[in-house]
Amino acid sequence: MNVFFPDYCFFFMPPSRSVSKMLLILLGVLVFHLVVLILLIVSTASSTWTVDATGHTDLWYNCHSDPNGYKCLQASSEDWIQAVQALMILSVVFCFTSLIAFLYQLFRLVKGGHFYFTSIFQILASVFVMCGAIIYTVMRPDSDKDYGYAYVLAWVAFPLSLISGLCYLILRKKD
Amino acid sequence: MLRVLALAAVVLLGIAPEPSQAISIYTGWERHALVGSDIRLSCSFFSWRFVSDDVSFTWIYRPDGSRETVSIAHYAGGEAYTDNKGRFKDRVEFVGNPKRRDGSILIKNLDFSDNGTFTCDAKNPPDIVGRPSSVRLLVFENLPIQAGVITGAIIGVVLGLLVLIVVIYYLMRFLVARRVFSLSVSKHGKKKKEGSQQRQLWTPPPLTCYPLP
Repeated sequence: MNVFFPDYCFFFMPPSRSVSKMLLILLGVLVFHLVVLILLIVSTASSTWTVDATGHTDLWYNCHSDPNGYKCLQASSEDWIQAVQALMILSVVFCFTSLIAFLYQLFRLVKGGHFYFTSIFQILASVFVMCGAIIYTVMRPDSDKDYGYAYVLAWVAFPLSLISGLCYLILRKKD
Repeated sequence: MLRVLALAAVVLLGIAPEPSQAISIYTGWERHALVGSDIRLSCSFFSWRFVSDDVSFTWIYRPDGSRETVSIAHYAGGEAYTDNKGRFKDRVEFVGNPKRRDGSILIKNLDFSDNGTFTCDAKNPPDIVGRPSSVRLLVFENLPIQAGVITGAIIGVVLGLLVLIVVIYYLMRFLVARRVFSLSVSKHGKKKKEGSQQRQLWTPPPLTCYPLP
């Protein structure tokens, strides 16, 4: 019989309510953050902010299908489109940085501390998405074309990221 | 053995460098300009030989949408000749320095009809084998902003501000800590002890042992 490591000993915390609830909250917050990040990435990368019968435009390409074929041109390089591009990219960068900061602060934060760093970056990301979506809404020239799914995702990602950032503000590290 | 030697000789001769080199001509790819402004079209070449006295530059213009070409500038034998009959009459000036392998021309008072392709052909005898290089001229009423300039600028400024704020924050913390340390040593000693107690790493959960039934 092994004296150092008996057979009936195992590495397991005694199941208590607070620990499982803590883990559940942690997992939920992390999944929520990942969902927000994915929404932001899809909204930024897919060039479908405006759609019409033949194709889609903005932010990066204007693609149309003629009888001749499917053609893609680069999106117009006006200053407001470039500003929207920059704001969307910045929001993705800040959301990703806040994820890294959350994972870092999870292991290094003192007991009872708040996730300030994470929440600030997440709230900044939501502000950037809001600014980008507002600029796009106001400056769009074609008022008869429909909005594409990337535009909708941007508006959906804004309140979700704001909620996520506020969650981190009230979350406290227990152990 | 002899066959191997012959084969080696053929291979070596095959990869030996040729005695005559070609001349490489460089111009820009595309040039943007405003209506009414002047533009300098640069043309330079690379040749293994020194610049000879018979070096020559020729500029040929082809309008957009047309297949006909016309010469507008020529430099040969130390003399520059420019267009004195066609659409570039009195508007072209040879401003290059052929001794420095530069055959640039200056076109003044641009108009929309000057949109087209300018081809530079340089010859440095005896290096005359070369491919002429073309530069496309686009004349605008307002110069458009290039795609990505504003995007990059906004991203750069925001990230730069972020880095600056983080650096300033840590600098302030460092300076404040230094000031506290210099003022009172005893107080700082107590604080240091309390701080090290709080910063505990995650301890593994206790080993649970349950007796077998």
